[in-house]
Amino acid sequence: MADSKQLRDPVSRRRFLAVGGGSTALAAFLAACGDGGGTTTTMTDSAGSGGAGETAQFGKGDVGILNYALTLEYLETAFYADVVKSGLFKGAELETIRRFGREEAEHVEALTAAVKQLGGKPAPEPKAEFPLKSAKAVLELAGTVENLGAAAYLGQAPNIKSPEVLASALAIHSVEGRHAAVLNTLLGESITPDGAFAKPADVKTVLKSVEPFLVG
Amino acid sequence: MSAEHAEQQQTRSEVLAKGALAVGSIYGATMVGPYVRRALAASGGGDVGILNFALTLEYLEAKFYAEAKSRAKATGELKKLVDLLAEDEQQHVDALTATIKQLGGKPVMEPKFKFDYSGTAGFLKLAQTFEDTGVSAYNGAGPMIKSKDVLAAAGGIVQVEARHAAAIRLQNKEEPAPAAFDSPLKEKQVLKAVEPFIV
Repeated sequence: MADSKQLRDPVSRRRFLAVGGGSTALAAFLAACGDGGGTTTTMTDSAGSGGAGETAQFGKGDVGILNYALTLEYLETAFYADVVKSGLFKGAELETIRRFGREEAEHVEALTAAVKQLGGKPAPEPKAEFPLKSAKAVLELAGTVENLGAAAYLGQAPNIKSPEVLASALAIHSVEGRHAAVLNTLLGESITPDGAFAKPADVKTVLKSVEPFLVG
Repeated sequence: MSAEHAEQQQTRSEVLAKGALAVGSIYGATMVGPYVRRALAASGGGDVGILNFALTLEYLEAKFYAEAKSRAKATGELKKLVDLLAEDEQQHVDALTATIKQLGGKPVMEPKFKFDYSGTAGFLKLAQTFEDTGVSAYNGAGPMIKSKDVLAAAGGIVQVEARHAAAIRLQNKEEPAPAAFDSPLKEKQVLKAVEPFIV
């Protein structure tokens, strides 16, 4: 069916892969990472995450996973704040961006509190710069970031040990999914680029995608 | 099973035993409607029980959208959305059914549903309820799932439900992501939303 095919056009896998390059503090970690494994095609195949050790760079166990998520949420929050300041958006789109930014900031707060609660040290806010050339380019980047964020949470959910931490991560994960669907809609792309089953992203893929925006 | 996985299971059941998660009462008998109670009794609980609970919700959504193709009077972009949602929910039904069988369980039968609504606005209102409820039902059940693979799969479904919810909310001119956290729903709330449509 032509409609269905069109609706399912992959939104940003290519964009995820197109970014990357550049050297940052994450380079050593990226080099140390193994392959993340395959993708999920049936329900009980393994997820495409590379296992519980993937986030060791960010801390042990659940603390590492939370700090990994915190790092991504910091980036999302900084991105939306910069977009609001850029003056590229007005009206309803600006309101959406503001709201998403506020929600990402709430995720930062919740994750920071959760890391502390587990006796861990919250990851520092990364320094980042985002290209803000045009409204269209910004929306595309936002779409990439949100789809990637949702996939990142999905990749880590099965590695989380504490049911409370898992409950929190799931509560955030689906909100990232909502954000992604809205941005895909604004971009005229499919709300479900992976089809009926969202695909996870492993840590290596995610960090490689955000690497170009990290400075210092 | 890895030691780590065993530890994970233990931790989860401990928490459930303490009732720390409100959704732990999903198997509590008091407020469970007769259909779902029968389904869970037949399933024997555990991951199969959770999957059968999810299957019931997916049956409802699949039927709702299949009917909506002719009933919702949708046109243009909304028509495409209805087709997409119908297809996704049917795929969820198929995947859950296969997974339950794979785990040695028995998939629940599809209940009979009756949806009282008229027109596009009535359809959209119900769709929003079903999608938001679906998201919160999966989020509530997630921490009770023992198998990592089942959890990963359920995660892949709930994200799609969240995407559906956002798209339907946009159609309703409502906030697509009304809060920073999609709270888990208690069984009572899930059933309250679902039972009126089971005949």
